[in-house]
Amino acid sequence: MNNVIVYCELDEGKIADVSFELLTKGRSLANQLNCQLEALLLGNNLKGFEKEIFPYGVDTLYLADDNRLSPYSTLPHTSVMVNLFKEEKPQIALMGATTIGRDLGPRVSSALKSGLTADCTELEIGDHEDKKLNKVYKSLLYQIRPAFGGNIIATIINPDCRPQMATVREGVMKKEITDANYKGKIVNLDVSKYVDETAFIVKVIERHIEQSKIDIKNSPVVVSGGFGVGSAANFKLLFNLAALLGGEVGASRAAVDAGYVEHERQIGQTGVTVRPKLYIACGISGQIQHLAGMLESSIIISINSDPNAPINKIANYVIVGKVENVIPKMIRYYKENTK
Amino acid sequence: MKSFRIVVLAKQVPDTRNVGKDAMKADGTVNRAILPAIFNPEDLHALEQALCIKDRFPDSTITLLTMGPVRAAEILREGFYRGADDGILLTDRAFAGSDTLATSYALSCAIRKIKNFDIIVCGRQAIDGDTAQVGPQVAEKLGIPQITYAEEIVSLTENKIQIKRRLERGVEIVESSFPVLITVNNSAPHCRPRNAKRLMKYKHASTLSKRQESEEDYLSTGNHAHLNIKEWGVVDIECDHAQLGLGGSPTKVKKVDNIVFQSKESRRLDDFDDDINVLMKELITSHIIG
Repeated sequence: MNNVIVYCELDEGKIADVSFELLTKGRSLANQLNCQLEALLLGNNLKGFEKEIFPYGVDTLYLADDNRLSPYSTLPHTSVMVNLFKEEKPQIALMGATTIGRDLGPRVSSALKSGLTADCTELEIGDHEDKKLNKVYKSLLYQIRPAFGGNIIATIINPDCRPQMATVREGVMKKEITDANYKGKIVNLDVSKYVDETAFIVKVIERHIEQSKIDIKNSPVVVSGGFGVGSAANFKLLFNLAALLGGEVGASRAAVDAGYVEHERQIGQTGVTVRPKLYIACGISGQIQHLAGMLESSIIISINSDPNAPINKIANYVIVGKVENVIPKMIRYYKENTK
Repeated sequence: MKSFRIVVLAKQVPDTRNVGKDAMKADGTVNRAILPAIFNPEDLHALEQALCIKDRFPDSTITLLTMGPVRAAEILREGFYRGADDGILLTDRAFAGSDTLATSYALSCAIRKIKNFDIIVCGRQAIDGDTAQVGPQVAEKLGIPQITYAEEIVSLTENKIQIKRRLERGVEIVESSFPVLITVNNSAPHCRPRNAKRLMKYKHASTLSKRQESEEDYLSTGNHAHLNIKEWGVVDIECDHAQLGLGGSPTKVKKVDNIVFQSKESRRLDDFDDDINVLMKELITSHIIG
């Protein structure tokens, strides 16, 4: 009761990275709150996954093993979660801000009349004093996220409703096992008690899943373009430089919205979070949502014709100039001076 | 022939997509007043899907529902220009300060009043919050299934709809009966443009509050009932007041910080060959690249 619970997501038969990242965060929150860490896994043929989950310091793993729970479908997963939460009354529930988490989270919050904060970039424990009510709330979950055009950072709390729910994007939190030999217990849920037959009304007819070809998250060099790159054709320069340096191409939201590159390349609060050795920002002005996704890069180079672009403040090197002039020069020097 | 009763949920939002420098005040906060208020882009995608259904089943009706200040009626008019049949503005001080849950509660009460709906369509998320929560929360409150991230209606019959939805790395086709709530992804087709005839017909459509404000002969729209945009307040919908507005919102904003980044000591370079050569040399010798 009153524990921290993480919804573990299956991505084509594997536990999603974001779930491990949330378990890592969940463990540290549970330590601060002096409570247990629990995990919930729904799907088909779940035997064996406990070996991957327990090392993150999970005390209880709830398994809902039923072939009707795979692939993911909104209503049955909602139903298991809502009914389990009614019994176990977790104080905090975390899930990935993925297609699944963003489909499921609001549904569960609506059923439980509980608050949900999307796309958090930090989670902390802290107190809150309501001066009007003259009441002090101890050990709430601070759900921290950029808001309103990314120009402010808001700290959101749910003083009265439980669970305090939050979604977090993949890559935002670090993934770290607690103890390879950590022992928790498994609780097998009787799915028929948690899900009504009527929940299977929506049917998955077809699925086509491709292996992701783009791996920005683990790339040592990211060459990233913004609206200032100007066109999809100009992005070719970025691809050339990235290929030469053994890196990947990223983009700001403005560049993705303008259709210059595919959505998978979006870096920032609502995209991927990266921590490369080198981040080259080309024609990116630097809204907070974007910075949230690349701030921890070791070296940041900003190429921008605007000497006062906000991103320049956090850059190690600022090149004032046009992207289409600067990149060819970088390419040329690199080709001439490396093998 | 079957006719569908479609409700499109839409939101008027500040255009946060291209926030220029002039939109920032000296203290680092956003000057909302100068940002244009627009029809949330994905809600327009949703309207297009509703219009596609109406193309196939012409007797269908499209009701546009929005919650917001009186000014939000602007997007209803925009919806009329593009083909919506009816518009409702849900507006009341009691709704102020709503988080996503309180918003979805108010919307679901309004939808209950509309009754006999078959399909509810809305954008996946609004650009001023990006939460993607209101759609699923409304579906849960109404106790109906949801299909999120919709990109295309694959097939539509009298009692079933098949939708292609966009996943992280692929697509999925799902089938549902009615009623159902669909949230439309930004990868779905853009909305058709305004229709010139409809523009002429509806350009003077307004809400009662708006007409009162301008001190026109506000009690009557003459023989032009279509020019009256319906305006509903708390008294018009059946609801539990405790679940509305700030009081009905479980999430509270504890604090808001302006962002101040520790400026790094950045080296300023020009785009001359020499500057770039020096930079590249440094990166190579320090093994950051190469």
